[in-house]
Amino acid sequence: MTTHLRLPLPKPLQEIFHPPPTPGVLGIFQYLDATLDAIKKLRAAGHTDFTVYSPIPRHEIEDVLDQPVSPVRMFTLVGGIAGCAIGAWLTLWMSYDWPIQVGGKPIGSVPPYVVIMFEMTVLFGALSTILGILFNAAFAARRGGTIQYDPRFTNDRFGVFVPAGSDKAARLEALLREAGAEEVHRG
Amino acid sequence: MAEARTPTRLTYDYVTRTIARTLGAPTRGYFLLLGSAVGLLGVGIITLLFLLRYGLGLAGYSHPVYWAVFITCFVFWVGIAHSGTLISAILFLFRSGWRTAVYRTAEAMTVFAVMTAGLFPLIHIGRQWYFYWLIPYPNERGLWPNFKSPLIWDEFAIGTYFTVSTVFLIMGLIPDIAAVRDLATGWRKKLYGITALGWTGANEQWRHYTRGYLYLAALATPLVLSVHSVVSWDFAMAIVPGWHATLFAPYFVAGAIYSGVGMVITLLVPIRRLFHLEEIITVDHFENLAKLCLLTGSIVSFSYVTENFVAWFSGNAAERAAFWYRAFGPYWWASWTMNICNGLLPWLLWSKKVRTNITALFVISIFVNIGMWFERYVIIVVSLAGEPFEPWANAVYNPTWADWGIMAGSFGWFFMWFLLFVKNFPAVSISEVKEVLVPPRRQKARAGAQHT
Repeated sequence: MTTHLRLPLPKPLQEIFHPPPTPGVLGIFQYLDATLDAIKKLRAAGHTDFTVYSPIPRHEIEDVLDQPVSPVRMFTLVGGIAGCAIGAWLTLWMSYDWPIQVGGKPIGSVPPYVVIMFEMTVLFGALSTILGILFNAAFAARRGGTIQYDPRFTNDRFGVFVPAGSDKAARLEALLREAGAEEVHRG
Repeated sequence: MAEARTPTRLTYDYVTRTIARTLGAPTRGYFLLLGSAVGLLGVGIITLLFLLRYGLGLAGYSHPVYWAVFITCFVFWVGIAHSGTLISAILFLFRSGWRTAVYRTAEAMTVFAVMTAGLFPLIHIGRQWYFYWLIPYPNERGLWPNFKSPLIWDEFAIGTYFTVSTVFLIMGLIPDIAAVRDLATGWRKKLYGITALGWTGANEQWRHYTRGYLYLAALATPLVLSVHSVVSWDFAMAIVPGWHATLFAPYFVAGAIYSGVGMVITLLVPIRRLFHLEEIITVDHFENLAKLCLLTGSIVSFSYVTENFVAWFSGNAAERAAFWYRAFGPYWWASWTMNICNGLLPWLLWSKKVRTNITALFVISIFVNIGMWFERYVIIVVSLAGEPFEPWANAVYNPTWADWGIMAGSFGWFFMWFLLFVKNFPAVSISEVKEVLVPPRRQKARAGAQHT
């Protein structure tokens, strides 16, 4: 019998799409205000890396989480400015590359080109906004690893997942139940 | 705010299940509708094959009318598209709660209407295989498109509009696809699992999503106003009397939204009935759509009056002749159809009784669309036919079977996509309808004090 030399091969795709499960506690809530209580209690206890699930975006959740404004706006701004610049370059450079006089107007006449510049601003702004959302949400998911989820979160239940080792789990479970969690799962 | 418009007693669970139910097994009626749509599309394809074989002469093109039904249909379908973005983006920025129940249908309609509109310039150019000449690409002749031409602006505007409205529709769909994924079983669970892009409703997802959605809406708002302005400049930049008017951009935008809202009503009435969505899409929603119709219809009526007044007041003989020809020339029937359907009909909507009568609204919405089609026909064909610059060339143009065949095909194409959409994806936004409901709270006393 020959011995196989086993090399630990890296699996980058596996890591990106299926990061290893993160141990923690998941609380399922029926009520919005109970969820808010749980978030407040967790923050008071010094937790910052928990995940809140909700079927719809609620400003109350945003308020108690007190997160910084999403960086997506920078994507929109940069994309929009880039689009405008590309529109200006496209029209002006192409006009001078093969100059044709049309209707006695200057070769590079800016007023009609504003239309193209505007459309390109919107096009690039919108596409980079989409990229911004995808990138940021993907990186957030990457940071969180594979965490517990319940299919009811897209329907009518709210959820709070707190990553924690087995040492802290009991205390967190008590905290979530006290806040009004319907169910608490450890994983 | 507008929260009360969707009955607040609905629960989140009820909303999810009611809307997800629309994706159930298709009935015989659905297949009948889809079959008719595909049949109409077939008529269009056969007509197109004839056009390719025998040329555009089949479509009745002759001097001086070289822009006719195809361009009319192009403007008609682009116009239909506009109310979708108005409802999904502009009313979003205005925080109108009532839009949530109707915006998905309107937005899907937008995407499919732009897809339909985009076919017409291609059919109109006759040699579809050269369509890429419009695109600025490096070529052996070293030539570039003429960016001073409104037709090139239009290409950029429609291209951008199609792209942005499609991504906007898909963005809105992601949380709803996730909601359907979590209820579905079998192959549908797999399909929605992939298309939901891993959506879970985690706070990190909502944080970026809501911001991004806001900026998309902010970008789509000026875009929708620009697109029909650019379409109007296809005409207004020319010197044909009846086209050459500074009024055209706002006039076209208002007309576009008017016809689009009409089409939304035409589509929503049967969807609501067939899918039993009466609890979610209420009479209040229809009343609001009717008010939008009344507002934009009044702007259109006002534009008609202004247009005629300016033609007379300008003292310009060509302009006056063009408008006289429009109203009393051989095309008087088209002009008066347009005047009655768009100028007078919306005034019925001042009455609350009409606004809250779904059957009446459905009938009015169909006439709105007929009227708006004729508006484009009158502007395009009648202005060209009665062109007083070349009195020797005046001719009465009449659409031929090829025009009607292509037009029927366009309706088939549009309804085919729309029917496929409503059966495979939630036609009403699940997450946004929930946003206007009172959220479930432990302390009921505080529910009254909540605000949105």
